[in-house]
Amino acid sequence: MSNTTKSKIKGGEQEAVIKINGLAKSFGANEVLKDINLELHKEENLVILGKSGTGKSVTIKCIVGLLTQDKGNVTVFDEEVDKLSEDDLKALRIRIGFLFQSGALYDSMTVRENLEFPLRRVLKLKDKNDIDKRIEEILEGVGLPDAIDKMPSELSGGMRKRIGLARTMILKPEIMLYDEPTTGLDPITSKEISELIQSMKKNYHVSSIIITHDIACAKITADRMLVMDSGKIIAEGSFDELENSKEKLVNSFFK
Amino acid sequence: MAQEIYIPTYKKVFEEAGNQVLFMFRFFRNIFRFDFEWNEMIRQCYMIGYKSFPLVAITGFIVGFVMTLQAEPTMKEFGAESYIPRMVAVSLIREICPVIIALICAGKMASGIGAELGSMKVTEQVEAMEVSGGNPIQYLVVTRILACVFMVPLLTIAAEALGLMGSYAGVNITGHVSTTLFFNKAFTSVSFGDLIPSFVKTIFFGFAIGFVGCYKGYNSDRGTESVGIAANSAVVSASLWIIVIDGIAVQLTNALGY
Ligand SMILES: Nc1ncnc2c1ncn2[C@@H]1O[C@H](COP(=O)(O)OP(=O)(O)OP(=O)(O)O)[C@@H](O)[C@H]1O
Ligand SMILES: [Mg+2]
Repeated sequence: MSNTTKSKIKGGEQEAVIKINGLAKSFGANEVLKDINLELHKEENLVILGKSGTGKSVTIKCIVGLLTQDKGNVTVFDEEVDKLSEDDLKALRIRIGFLFQSGALYDSMTVRENLEFPLRRVLKLKDKNDIDKRIEEILEGVGLPDAIDKMPSELSGGMRKRIGLARTMILKPEIMLYDEPTTGLDPITSKEISELIQSMKKNYHVSSIIITHDIACAKITADRMLVMDSGKIIAEGSFDELENSKEKLVNSFFK
Repeated sequence: MAQEIYIPTYKKVFEEAGNQVLFMFRFFRNIFRFDFEWNEMIRQCYMIGYKSFPLVAITGFIVGFVMTLQAEPTMKEFGAESYIPRMVAVSLIREICPVIIALICAGKMASGIGAELGSMKVTEQVEAMEVSGGNPIQYLVVTRILACVFMVPLLTIAAEALGLMGSYAGVNITGHVSTTLFFNKAFTSVSFGDLIPSFVKTIFFGFAIGFVGCYKGYNSDRGTESVGIAANSAVVSASLWIIVIDGIAVQLTNALGY
């Protein structure tokens, strides 16, 4: 597999880890994405705002190849996602963490087994002590060390989300895609999660796309923000720029 | 721009058939991977097989018992009561137990698998497994199909054994026949040629049950109602497959002279 675009760095310009060009996707008659163009730079937190149903989740599913676009191209680490072979796609996905909107915990397994699953299968770890250490460490990180032997059905919605976050972070990916990481959490936990996202960037140099409706989370995490509406990107800028935007729709997110 | 395109039914049928063939390819390609999920496979055998045992055992026993009681008056008229053990043994082993047990398993296993995988699909667990670098076909599908392939034949054999015991109980309600005499008579009529085709048949039944359950669950739509649809259509298709396979098996065994 080829590596990240080093050649693209020219005098201060940042290298892009994800590039999306003219992305379009329809489900039957439902034209969800019309023309999405975006770039995620290295070690950047990119926040995407948008109303419900504008296709934010669909966009990031195209990035990991869970959905295939109708038009346009999606390039991650210089590789076109829809042209990869099954094995190459798998190798690429290991470098990307994906937090599902629903948490998507495996509900036939305990929290421990949920976290073990990627460790054993992707990192091929065998050593029980090493695995346990990593699990305890990450659970500590999301503030749920006591949940380790619980089943997902015994957890609250917010706890599931945090375990989902732990399961994604445990592989230390280079890119993180967060689908509404703080929705449904109380303000205190939200803040902790936002700070966790921030620390992922600082400590592990992760580049992230964060989909959220939570302005407080955006304020903490965003380096750059995009606003999506009906399948297109309608605004781009820093938190302050968008907050003071003249555009009504953009502005209304901040109220 | 994009409009609802009308697709004729026959095309949908072909599309469905094509998808099933592709799914089968994915299944076979993933069996022979070295990182086989043994633990999950054993867990599935337990969940799918062992937990169906009581149901299957009771059914087998009752079928044998009832068949004997039903046959008794007619056989008596011909003075052929002594043929009851043979008749029951042959019909249980060749046809009745394999088909009835397979249909029961279709109801229990295929719906269970369809519902489980369907709800995993709806709650994005399958996608989560896929993006985290895991292999959902290998972990979820291969283990379940193989568990069915192993467990359905075993359950059928157990049901046949219990069916014979049921028949023995039935015979003993009216008259007294010793255990040795009964089983002697039963087994003299059952040849190797009866056992093998019926055993092979149940392997295919098991495959049909596991495959249909997994296919329907794995390809269910979004939305919770699709979980119910997946479970339901899994039972319907699996039962149909069982009848079709049984029909083909009869033709084959007759043609081969067993
Ligand atoms: N696999 C799919 N099949 C059919 N339609 C889909 C599929 N995935 C998404 N859609 C449709 O695409 C549209 C956008 O969905 P998406 O989940 O991307 O919205 P979203 O922007 O993430 O909204 P939310 O903030 O509510 O999560 C919806 O109308 C949805 O019904
Ligand atoms: Mg969404």
